[in-house]
Amino acid sequence: MNKNHRVPSSRSLSAVEVKSKFGAEFRRFSLDRSKPGRFDEFYGLLQHVHRIPNVELLVGYADVHGDLLPINNDDNYHKAITTANPLLRLFLQRKAENTFATDSLTRKKNTVLSAVLLRPDATKKKPPVIISLPKDFRPVSSIIDVDILPETHRRVRLYKHGQEKPLGFYIRDGSSVRVTPQGLEKVPAIFISRLVPGGLAESTGLLAVNDEVLEVNGIEVAGKSLDQVTDMMIANSHNLIITVKPANQRNNVVRSGGGGGAASGSSGRSSDSGNFSAGELESDEDEEDLVIEAGGEAEPIRRTSSNYSMPSLPRYEPHLNLRTATNFSSAFSIHTNGTLPASNSSGSLNNTNANSATPSPDRARRSLEEEGTVITL
Amino acid sequence: MMKFRFRRQTTDPQREKIKQELFAFRKTVEHGFPHQPSALAFDPKLQLMAIGTKSGAIKIYGAPGVEFTGLHKDTTAVTQILFLPGQGCLLSLLDDNTIHLWELVAGVTREVGGVKKEGVVSLREVDSYCLPGRPGIESSSATRVTVLHLLKSCDLLCVGTEGGGVYVLELPRLSLKENQTLLQDHVTQSLPDDYRCGKSLGPVESLQEHPQQAGKILIGYSRGLVVLWDLSSRHADQLFLGKQQLESLVWERSGNLFVSSHNDGGYSVWAVTNGNVYNNQPVSSTIPYGPFPCKAIPKILWRTTQSSSPVILYSGGMPRASYGDRHCLTIQQDKEHVTLDFTSRVIDFFTVHNVDDDKEFDDPSALVVLLEEELVVIDLLTPGWPSLPTPYLAPLHSSAITCSCHVTNVSTKLWERLINAGKAQQSRRHTHKSWPICGGKSLAPPPKQQELLLTGHEDGTVRFWDASGVALTPLYKLSTANVFHTDCDPVDDPHDDPDMQQEEEEEWPPFRKVGCFDPYSDDPRLGIQKISLCKYSNKLVVAGTAGQVIILGLNDERSDHLVDVSVMDLLQDREGFTWKGHDRLEPRLKPAPFPPGFQPLVLLQCLPPASVTAVALHAEWNLVAFGTSHGFGLFDYHRRNAVLARCTLHPNDSLAMEGPLSRVKSLKKSLRQSFRRIRKSRVSGKKRVLTTPTSKVQEANAALAEQEEVAPVQRRIEPRSADDSLSGVVRCLCFADTFLRDGTHHGPTLWAGTNSGSVYAYALEVPGVGLGRTCERGGASESSMCVEAVLGKEIQLMHRAPVVSICVLDGRGKPLPDPYEASQDLAIAPDMTNAHSVLIASEEQLKVFSLPKVSAKTKFKLTAHEGCRVRKVALVLFSSSVQEDYSEHTLVCLTNMGDMHLFNIPGLRPQVRFDCIRKEDISGIASCVFTKNGQGFYLISPSEYERFSLSAKVLTEPLCSVQLHRHLEQTFTCDGTPTHMQANGTHKNQMGQAEGKVDVPLSTLPSPLLDTPLDSPLSCADLTLDSTGELTVEDVRDFLTTVDEEENNLRNMKDEEGRSPGILIN
Repeated sequence: MNKNHRVPSSRSLSAVEVKSKFGAEFRRFSLDRSKPGRFDEFYGLLQHVHRIPNVELLVGYADVHGDLLPINNDDNYHKAITTANPLLRLFLQRKAENTFATDSLTRKKNTVLSAVLLRPDATKKKPPVIISLPKDFRPVSSIIDVDILPETHRRVRLYKHGQEKPLGFYIRDGSSVRVTPQGLEKVPAIFISRLVPGGLAESTGLLAVNDEVLEVNGIEVAGKSLDQVTDMMIANSHNLIITVKPANQRNNVVRSGGGGGAASGSSGRSSDSGNFSAGELESDEDEEDLVIEAGGEAEPIRRTSSNYSMPSLPRYEPHLNLRTATNFSSAFSIHTNGTLPASNSSGSLNNTNANSATPSPDRARRSLEEEGTVITL
Repeated sequence: MMKFRFRRQTTDPQREKIKQELFAFRKTVEHGFPHQPSALAFDPKLQLMAIGTKSGAIKIYGAPGVEFTGLHKDTTAVTQILFLPGQGCLLSLLDDNTIHLWELVAGVTREVGGVKKEGVVSLREVDSYCLPGRPGIESSSATRVTVLHLLKSCDLLCVGTEGGGVYVLELPRLSLKENQTLLQDHVTQSLPDDYRCGKSLGPVESLQEHPQQAGKILIGYSRGLVVLWDLSSRHADQLFLGKQQLESLVWERSGNLFVSSHNDGGYSVWAVTNGNVYNNQPVSSTIPYGPFPCKAIPKILWRTTQSSSPVILYSGGMPRASYGDRHCLTIQQDKEHVTLDFTSRVIDFFTVHNVDDDKEFDDPSALVVLLEEELVVIDLLTPGWPSLPTPYLAPLHSSAITCSCHVTNVSTKLWERLINAGKAQQSRRHTHKSWPICGGKSLAPPPKQQELLLTGHEDGTVRFWDASGVALTPLYKLSTANVFHTDCDPVDDPHDDPDMQQEEEEEWPPFRKVGCFDPYSDDPRLGIQKISLCKYSNKLVVAGTAGQVIILGLNDERSDHLVDVSVMDLLQDREGFTWKGHDRLEPRLKPAPFPPGFQPLVLLQCLPPASVTAVALHAEWNLVAFGTSHGFGLFDYHRRNAVLARCTLHPNDSLAMEGPLSRVKSLKKSLRQSFRRIRKSRVSGKKRVLTTPTSKVQEANAALAEQEEVAPVQRRIEPRSADDSLSGVVRCLCFADTFLRDGTHHGPTLWAGTNSGSVYAYALEVPGVGLGRTCERGGASESSMCVEAVLGKEIQLMHRAPVVSICVLDGRGKPLPDPYEASQDLAIAPDMTNAHSVLIASEEQLKVFSLPKVSAKTKFKLTAHEGCRVRKVALVLFSSSVQEDYSEHTLVCLTNMGDMHLFNIPGLRPQVRFDCIRKEDISGIASCVFTKNGQGFYLISPSEYERFSLSAKVLTEPLCSVQLHRHLEQTFTCDGTPTHMQANGTHKNQMGQAEGKVDVPLSTLPSPLLDTPLDSPLSCADLTLDSTGELTVEDVRDFLTTVDEEENNLRNMKDEEGRSPGILIN
């Protein structure tokens, strides 16, 4: 796991400083970086140092970006150890408290997150591999409005979340055939021409080359030029909703029955889709402009714009790209050490301010390559 | 999609009515010189001049303000124009061999500005004709028309062709009189054998009717033969056996002589004496610029005068080796001989002379020469033949236009001072004789206010134009080159210098430089990038390519002084940046003489000397702000004190240090390449009239070959990243007296916006302004105090699009008045009691923030909704055409698609949308400038401004009448609307072009601030926010992409063609 990891200093080579917080109490101890051991040993150690042997715990840590991430299996435990620099800050909670991402919980309660695949009771039974709570996942994409769109169309929402992962696709113009009262007619149309490997669009598995783009954030692209559509997509890139007519029509949602169509199989359609387009389209908080008040001191010339520029977040390098048939209404790209959603995604400056628990570690070392596994369900 | 479903659109009929009263789109008039003129004609009876262009436009000019425009259906070059004298009709011959008949027709009574105008005349095409090919002859070139000649009786038109035939058409029906046709065989029969020698006579080069004997025409063939042909008896009266290849013919007024001009640069005078059928020798034959080989004389005129010998005027004829590249026209009379040396090609020329039959002599009064780039008029009555200044058709592009700026409502005092300064500039070679082309009458109401259009040019000059009326008249020219020490130290006007003049006279040929078209700039660094004029304090700021910012003041006296120089380093002590661009211009070290007019006071040099991208002037505070690609600065020109320098460079912005000149080069190169591609695609995609099977195969093959070349067009979808190149470019600057730090104290502020969506707001301490604060400090005397700038706010727009403009709105949501307007009671004082707001327009969004706490109030995401980007923004006051005292402040946005979006402020609700400029026309979009009352200008060619109006009330358009010799019947179209005034002489996409589409507002954002209609027309205090004329990288990218698109479309078309059977015959 740590094969690419750049060791920053000799001091931290051997040991990792751990500062663990449970309630109002802090405990400090150290771990051997090279031999971190297993998660259950670590869990026991935590219960031991905090003297809470029989309390069920949720273990979380602050990563380099200030995100509160969970530790609940060997993989993300090792990840936490290797990325800790120089200090690993742990936050322990009783399992009932469940304060991971409380902000996002309230905000996204009725969204796709509730249509998750794992039931809460499933987690209680402790399956062999615990992959964190479903709420802790950050949705990367979703299919919305399944109930109102024709079966041949698909409306895909890509979440940028202020992160720097590229949207990663190209569009081109071409012509498509429409049925008109006069018969078949060739009309100019916009198509997806290429997906960037590792980009958001590819990792969702919901968009494919030669899909015809019909709408961008509710605005029809018919009659618009390639450049207009490009500009529209870029302007909406923080929350892009594109309606496509997939080139491959075999993976469409097959709705049994009449107009409404009962939810078939896993989760045929999302009951909450309306909330998105009505509410979320208008949500502006994810692009609040940044206002910096100068204290009134003179000599502002030295101030550089980099003071508040967005920190470049690590790029994702998906290893595993399990792509299943896309007849789910929601698709998640999941990190095994699932990133907790921040309160809002208006640039990391706001994140750090909002998240008071975030210790904001040394920001200079953010060039780390975060490695994880992407599972697309 | 969903949004629109939930938000029911409500169209308030009341509001719709108000909108119709406020907004109307119309292209009104074209200013400047027609691009690529190709034909010239003059009607001596109506005193009207017509110019045809290569794009198929016909423009008729009379007295200043009298203009008519007509447009052929095809964009084919107009090769000849003929007036039917006195009838208000004209014939045009196009390059595609068609003849068109045009008429001036009276439209219905128009109401303009509440006054009914009767007899408004417009130009309309009534008929067209194409000469049929001779049966059995494949080649169409035999019937290709070379020359047209109208008989004096105006009922017959003689048509000379390439094949040597002369056809006669009856007018006005344009029908061929078959029995009148004269083919070459007729003529050759009567020729002596030794002259005939088996060769064809060549195309008909000239047709001229005998001035005294009607029905006799002189036919000149290319080979040199001239025939006097009697149309009625159908036989050759006389034959003149010329040996030299013929170019043109002209009769002497009496009809006893005619003159022929030849290919070898000579002209011959022939006597027409009765009795002798064959005439072998001319009376005289001269090669004026011989004896060495000379170029042809394409046209010659012979005009008799009462007082002395005839005036001979001819173009060309220069010695081939030494002056073969000159564009010359010679005027000769007795010993007097002047060779007018023009800077561009001579298209055609005519003289204004007596045409009445009872007058014995021509007595020419003026010579009018149409050149490729300008119109020159020479006064032939004044000794020395000086040139006359033209009241219209001014060559705007005498040096390439780099920026423009419009000033409304100029005070009479400033206006007069400018006119006087302009008069003092006119050289001695100009006369003040009245303009010889004076037909028609302008019915347009006199302009209510004086309007100035300032154009900045590549050679460092700023030209002031009178833009109040239909004719754009030059007023004054300011040169900034003499502030600097350049390689070729500029002498004001070479022919002003008496020594030079003497030299000229000794020279042979006796050249005289005429005209002002001079596209060659001494130094590209002199180019003007930004202009700002304060019309109240007569202060002008001019900023250029090499980072020079010149502050000028108006002075009526000539003055010799040294200009103060201040240098401001915008990089401060940023490390790691080395400027790789051009050097700064060296200021002149000695005092220089400055003519009356605007004289430089301070020269501000920013370092690195990158091109100035934004400039703002606040004359009341004596402050100038300027921005480049590196940062911005603030300068107090009263105390000659640099107040602030701020670097806006992003650490990884490397392009900014390259310098603009190297960039311009690559830009030009890429432009050239794309133009080539357009041309290529046009050639292959052009509809051909005559298509033979072989050419179709070739075309298909060419299309196939092209298809292989072009890579598929695709666009990457990536969010805008922070480290885009050139992110530090300062795009706009603005001064405002507003609340920046708290809600109770207002004071001077400076706002700057960059290419990467950053906005910097500085609070300024200006001594004497905001007295409350200076008292607090106590003691310090005003004079010793300096202006101070303190950073108040930094705003980073999250979408990071370039900030196009910033404007502060007062408590009522109206833009703040210009400097001096409030203090001198020229505008309604701004509301300082309620909270102000700031309107920030980026390329993607329009946003209103409340002040002093910068929180977003309203916004409109133009790009997210429409997919277009904002290029130009202006706040315009629209007055209602119905209610006298009703007006609204409106935000006008020009996008990269070339359309105008109008929004109300501060609600930012879309009002209307008009298609204005073709989206491919990037220079048009880049050059667009708005006036404060709802008009605007943009360049449709390097030499022409199109004027348009967005307002239903404020219009400047030609309304003219002409006294015709025939009856002017009123024409009505079936629905009773007046015939459509065609004001655009260049072909554009006609669909929905003239009558702008009114779009339903896309979203009806609920705004807390309602429209406040209680606004008096007095508060014309809106700000024209931006008048940039430069091409941005995005422009070019847009342009290239649209070209790609075109190609793509073409490819698609060809795809379909390729599939249809029968084209690929192999």
